[in-house]
Amino acid sequence: MAVKHGWVLLVLLLAGGLVQAGPSVESWHTSRGAKVMFVHAPELPMVDVRVVVDGGSARDGGLPGLSRFTNAMLSEGAGEWDAGAMALRLEERGIQLGSGSLRDMAWISVRSLTDADVLAVALESAQAVLASPRFDQDAVERVRQQLQIGLRHSLQSPGTVAARRFYRTLYADHPYAHDPDGDDASLAKITVDDLQRFHRRYYVAENAIVAIVGAVDRKTAESIAEQVTGGLAAGQHAPPLPPVPTVSGGELHEAFPSSQTHIYVGQSGMSRHDPDYFALYVGNHVLGGGSLVSTLGEEVRNKRGLSYSVYSYFSPMRVDGPFLMVAQTKNDQAEQALKVMRDTLERFVEDGPSEDELEAAKQNLIGGFPLRVSSNAQIVEYIAMMGFYDYPLDWLDTLTGKLAAVDVAQVRDAFRRRISAPAGIAVIVGGNG
Amino acid sequence: MVTVSPKSLLLALLLVPLAALAQVSEFELSNGMKVVVKEDHRAPVVVSQVWYKVGSSYEPEGITGISHALEHMMFKGTERFGAGEFSRVISALGGSENAFTSRDYTAYFETIAVEHLERALELEADRMRNLILDPAEFAKEIAVVREERRLRTEDKPTGKVYEQFNAVAWRASPYRNPVIGWMNDLEHMTADDLAAWYRRWYAPNNATLVVAGDVQPEAVRDMAERHFGDLSTSRIPALKPPAEPQQAGETRVQVRVPARQPYLMMGYKTPIVGQSKEPWEPYALYVLSSVLDGGESARFSRDLVRGSGIAASAGADYDSYSRLPGMFVLSGTPTDGHTVAELEQALRQAVAQVRDELIDPAELKRVVTQAVANKVYEADSLFNQATEIGVLETLGLDWRLSTTEIDSLKAVTPEQVRTVAQRYLVDDNLTVATLVPLPMDQQQPRAASSAGGRHGS
Repeated sequence: MAVKHGWVLLVLLLAGGLVQAGPSVESWHTSRGAKVMFVHAPELPMVDVRVVVDGGSARDGGLPGLSRFTNAMLSEGAGEWDAGAMALRLEERGIQLGSGSLRDMAWISVRSLTDADVLAVALESAQAVLASPRFDQDAVERVRQQLQIGLRHSLQSPGTVAARRFYRTLYADHPYAHDPDGDDASLAKITVDDLQRFHRRYYVAENAIVAIVGAVDRKTAESIAEQVTGGLAAGQHAPPLPPVPTVSGGELHEAFPSSQTHIYVGQSGMSRHDPDYFALYVGNHVLGGGSLVSTLGEEVRNKRGLSYSVYSYFSPMRVDGPFLMVAQTKNDQAEQALKVMRDTLERFVEDGPSEDELEAAKQNLIGGFPLRVSSNAQIVEYIAMMGFYDYPLDWLDTLTGKLAAVDVAQVRDAFRRRISAPAGIAVIVGGNG
Repeated sequence: MVTVSPKSLLLALLLVPLAALAQVSEFELSNGMKVVVKEDHRAPVVVSQVWYKVGSSYEPEGITGISHALEHMMFKGTERFGAGEFSRVISALGGSENAFTSRDYTAYFETIAVEHLERALELEADRMRNLILDPAEFAKEIAVVREERRLRTEDKPTGKVYEQFNAVAWRASPYRNPVIGWMNDLEHMTADDLAAWYRRWYAPNNATLVVAGDVQPEAVRDMAERHFGDLSTSRIPALKPPAEPQQAGETRVQVRVPARQPYLMMGYKTPIVGQSKEPWEPYALYVLSSVLDGGESARFSRDLVRGSGIAASAGADYDSYSRLPGMFVLSGTPTDGHTVAELEQALRQAVAQVRDELIDPAELKRVVTQAVANKVYEADSLFNQATEIGVLETLGLDWRLSTTEIDSLKAVTPEQVRTVAQRYLVDDNLTVATLVPLPMDQQQPRAASSAGGRHGS
């Protein structure tokens, strides 16, 4: 039996399907309480470290954009190094530092060669970036402008405008309602105090996951995790998020100087630990999840030539993320496209997928599993996500079995209970609206 | 200040080229099809790519965008497999697939579990020669392409600037035309046009197969012979050699569209690998682009974003690999309180500085170190490894160039960097495009029904 890349290929006759063990994941806690997820990948002389905190835009409070602003400040000077000095010490060693934030999570990522001298600088820098960002006044004002300009740039796209309106409508006063980009007024008034307060509260060990993938052994990984989180206070995990509100459906139209109209149709979807997770996920793969093969793609694009990019997805989050169908078409076809999308969904909820369709979707998801964990970059994202949402360590190992177990009746039942046309919100942005 | 120890550089340099060289095999089928195999045994997965030497730079006026439109139609069925069947078969095998078209190539790829590679090759071989171009399918698909153009260009202010920038910068080079084609041409294109284009360019002697992943080269050779080996060749027409006339003065264009942010592009025409006065020029230009914009410590970030604060963002972009000479492109967005004109002046000053003064050896060292590390990082992606080979082979260059890049960069001197700046980054050779935002004030939200009403919590 071949063993490579931490891969153990197991062929088990279970539910008639192939069950594959994924990369072998190890987990422990640092002395200050950060959870560590580790995969040994010895082939390339490099290591990826990703630190995720429960400090996404759902924690913005009354200041939309605060999470992203704080996250963007991490690489703008930390410890004894200002922004320029930090950039230089990383880049002259070929070390890559990245950061980002969404609704649930915010993170930094570091990629370094495993050479001891280089890695030492990478880890020392990562510790400072996480624990001791400087929030220098000039850097704060510079990043404020960059975020405001970035926001304005994204609002040049009718798709962005539609997505923001969809979330605002669906989530009403829930913390998921506003976009992680924030808004102009809020970005204008966020102070250094706000940023420091947010950083102190959420960038703490109890609220952090450290994911490590690379050519380092367990012992080295343990010391990497200790070092990266070494400056963090123990702190507390972020509190639970409130349940999402129930919102009635309807159509919202907005004019936009564009030749295409962007359509976002959807409603409340599912959470990361949803009991219907696999039935909805596999069902959606038939409906609009497959990249070039799906019912929506067939109806909207292949049969009618209405749209270039049409798809649907569930965005599973800490609490219920949305279910969304998206398309864009030239303005005078918007009504037709919307009707086709709605009819397709209605038929899907009513009839469910056919046996053949479901089988094909399952084959794609199960057969495609090795593709999704074939690089260090993919694995580090997976295990960070698993740690963040408290998935069991064997989650990747049991994934294909769970996919294989989904049947037509489960999909139809789950969609009928969870997706109802009257609850759907349609946001239509473009042309005369 | 700690510097990178020679030991670490040496380590990385030893590991990468050795690993890369040891694992690449190449051979040619009897019908002239080139096959390159790169072994990577980390996971039981393979990337298969079929590259055709055709793209928008091959297209005459009137049918711009035809290579890309044909790429769309390649999923619409052959005599053996009906419309969409290709995608359904690959999908049911757990694979993912798609295609991309650029100025100089069209490529089709599958990422798939290694045991299904043969099926992917069988399907690719079938559509290389047996495509059906049904007028009814074409009518729907070209509508999809027009929607793609609306999405990527018509409704995207920076996309429009990019298109206009190229259209005025190039007088004769086919790089003046957008890859997706002009809308007018997409409106008049026919299935017959595509059939002729397909017959002309889609043949084994105009294609390269690149396979990267958990495979043995001999097994790939057998499979390739089985499926592609019997395909008939075509007489591939020689392209007339295009030559861009010498530019003799700065060119400017404004793009006035509804937008919220101004934007600036500046391009200097530059040589490329294989077509330069001296072989080191493209490498010196690459170093120069990284000195200006090779990270947050590079000059644009240091001097324009953090220093003077004129730029919210500023970038430098140079592609040393293409079929025809390209451009060294600077772009950026000014901060509030600064104009596009001020940003342009600042970028011109940065260029003047590299024309007048030698770059710091520490900058050169940083660029090389980053390139060395990036080579290691790139090896994490099967897709990138295959693409690097496919691009070089399709351009008529040798894939081995990717293994000597680092040596070529290490040989660049500060004097050479100054020389390429003096030769090419000059005003007479410059094109400037600016986005002038018009108001977007048509936006008046209106509610058609009772959306957003809240029930309970």
